[in-house]
Amino acid sequence: MNRVDSIRKLKETLFAERAAEAGRPVDPTLRGKVAEILDKHRRRASQIIAILQDVQGLFKYLPESELRFVSRELDIPLTRLYSIATFYKAFRLKPRGRHEIALCMGTACHVRGAVRVMDAIIRELKVQPGGTTGDMRFSFETVRCLGCCGQAPVMTVDEELVSRLDHLSVGKALEKYR
Amino acid sequence: MASGWEVTALKLKKLRSFSSLDRFKREILAEHPAGAPTVAVCTDTGCRACNSVNVFEAFREALAKAPEIRAIVKATGCHGFCEKGALVLIHPQEILYTQVQPSDVPEIIEKTLKKGEVVERLLYLDPATGKRIKLESEVPYYKPQLRTILGGNRMIDPSDIRDYVAFDGYQALRRVLEGMKPGSVVDTITRAGLRGRGGGGFPTGVKWKTARRAKGRKRFIICNADEGDPGAFMDRSVCEGNPHSVIEGMIIGAYAVGSHDGYIYVRNEYPLALEALTTALEQARECGLLGENILGSGFSFDVTISRGGGAFVCGESTALMASLEGKPGEPRAKYVHTVERGLFEEPTVLNNVETWANVPKIILGGVDWFTSIGTGDVSADPWGGSKGTKIFSLVGKVRNTGLVEVPMGMTLREIIFDIGGGVPKGKRFKAVQTGGPSGGCLPESLLDLPVDFDRLSAAGSMMGSGGMIVMDEDTCMVDVARYFIDFLKEESCGKCLPCREGLRAMLEILNRVTEGKGRRGDLKLLEEIAGGVAETSLCALGGSAPNPVLTTIRYFRDEYEAHIRDKRCPAGVCKALLRFEVIGENCTGCHVCAKVCPVACISGKAKGTHAIDEARCIKCGACFDACKFEAIRR
Repeated sequence: MNRVDSIRKLKETLFAERAAEAGRPVDPTLRGKVAEILDKHRRRASQIIAILQDVQGLFKYLPESELRFVSRELDIPLTRLYSIATFYKAFRLKPRGRHEIALCMGTACHVRGAVRVMDAIIRELKVQPGGTTGDMRFSFETVRCLGCCGQAPVMTVDEELVSRLDHLSVGKALEKYR
Repeated sequence: MASGWEVTALKLKKLRSFSSLDRFKREILAEHPAGAPTVAVCTDTGCRACNSVNVFEAFREALAKAPEIRAIVKATGCHGFCEKGALVLIHPQEILYTQVQPSDVPEIIEKTLKKGEVVERLLYLDPATGKRIKLESEVPYYKPQLRTILGGNRMIDPSDIRDYVAFDGYQALRRVLEGMKPGSVVDTITRAGLRGRGGGGFPTGVKWKTARRAKGRKRFIICNADEGDPGAFMDRSVCEGNPHSVIEGMIIGAYAVGSHDGYIYVRNEYPLALEALTTALEQARECGLLGENILGSGFSFDVTISRGGGAFVCGESTALMASLEGKPGEPRAKYVHTVERGLFEEPTVLNNVETWANVPKIILGGVDWFTSIGTGDVSADPWGGSKGTKIFSLVGKVRNTGLVEVPMGMTLREIIFDIGGGVPKGKRFKAVQTGGPSGGCLPESLLDLPVDFDRLSAAGSMMGSGGMIVMDEDTCMVDVARYFIDFLKEESCGKCLPCREGLRAMLEILNRVTEGKGRRGDLKLLEEIAGGVAETSLCALGGSAPNPVLTTIRYFRDEYEAHIRDKRCPAGVCKALLRFEVIGENCTGCHVCAKVCPVACISGKAKGTHAIDEARCIKCGACFDACKFEAIRR
């Protein structure tokens, strides 16, 4: 056994247990769907961003187990998937709340007081941008421009666009999702 | 989206010849003559927030019950006047109804569609004259505009290719494939002086010519729909409202440079644009306008859609191509241009949505028509002027927000005051920001600047993709500069040092200044770092990143100095420099401020003067905004 091989062996023993644990699917019923996504994109490595987007569509985030599965199936190193998943803002590595709030911080929204709306949401939900409330009800994040600058400031709650926000009334706008 | 023509039942024939396109168009027009009464409801993302989908549904249901009216209802893309959504336009008279709610629908049907009368209360009210205006073309917001690209949005149902064909769609493609050599298409675009609408203003014809000459196994065509500039949404509106115009432009471009594979890179945040483009591509394929042997011409081309991952830097050409290849979107040095070696190392032409949409217009309208609009002279030099129209998103502190399309060379004053109606609430205009994070802020003294590629650059800003964010006296220019550098620092890919570290250092200084900890010499330091970042960054993101800082220092130095020297924010934005206090003599003791205060730091008895506990105040400004008696000072 040469040196490289012996290091590899050692690594395998050390990490096998941990990998087995992390590779356990979060939801075994969805594993088939992930495989379908791979086939839909003809298992091409160049389609990896689209593949991860579709996987995220299933779970609302990218579970480690599924990243490991994709990595194994397409023979793409896990590190590369991690690099893509952390480079692009669209991807998340943590579970999301039931409702997803995306507050627009585009320029038009900014000059019309989006920062104060953000502060009001932080006070209201007691969660910082990028976080999820303890009861998993809301995930809150800020985004750069939803392209509805005519109605600034705006946010989306799940698929719905809420427009012409102000810091005095944003709390009320969130009430119906509670 | 759905139309009055039952999209689900849409069965399209494959068109195998040029004459079959004509026959197709005749059939469509026979079924639905051009002058037929039509209700066009804007269901663009913006108007959707104003309940426009329900307005559309209300029309559809009501008209289905009253077939004798024989009017068509269409869900269309953005009409532009977002401020007054939901917008309803009645063709053929072009009566504009603003802020329509579903409950208004029966009255519109009863009066306008049945009797030809007008519903006065829904017409646009001109604040200048106090009169209601009936026709869209007479509304001051629309009157000075020239909507060659956006015009289609108010007539065409984007979910139905037949609608696009009925309005001369794919006629430019037909003309090109039937009677033009690829070289003469490139020549036409070059002579028209079309320049890239995505920001750079590079002559499209020159780009195409280089790609045509470049050696490679194949060539690629890309449509950049990764509209990342915050404050700009024209590309979204064109994709959502008139997707076929973009696709037609791409096919013509592909024919001109000899490409058979195209990509559209759509921004992740634009689900409706993705939907509209996907539907449009499917229908174009079904009609034989995409795929093998287009219209029997022997030319083949197809388009793949790719979704972005939410990274601003992917608007940069090399980063976008890296992203299409499935890699992190990091730009590379452009010693070899992407037109020679781009996507998968092959010659690649990348143009922006609006640029592609201009192509069919130029082919149909002709070079003379296109060059008659705009500034300068492009007959000898494609860089010699800015021709055609440009779409701007007029937003921020302006009365009429929305998308405007004007001839190049219109002044900022005409756009902001004549079309936009000026700054609302009697506030004073301070600046207009153009060109997104790569652009700059222009002051009142430059309002008479004609807007074109070269004049905006000379003033230290740029055209960018066309964001135009108006700022009033309540906007702090230092905060705006900080905002953009914060944005760019977040979006910097981190590959090259000047951009990664330079922006971090600039943000640190700007944070310090807005927190009242600015030091003497900070401005000089900022300018120095900015110069280094601009000079040595790898791509345009870093290269233009200092623009917002440099222009604000250039035009609003006094505001920086107020922050640094006097520890004061004149606009009342920077929290650390704010103090809220009650003006005793104005306070009526109505208790409203105490009710809205989120930290309950306002005390006072009913009808007695209130007071703010400054130690506990979080400076959210809720009391200031809620007070009706101007009894709170900041």
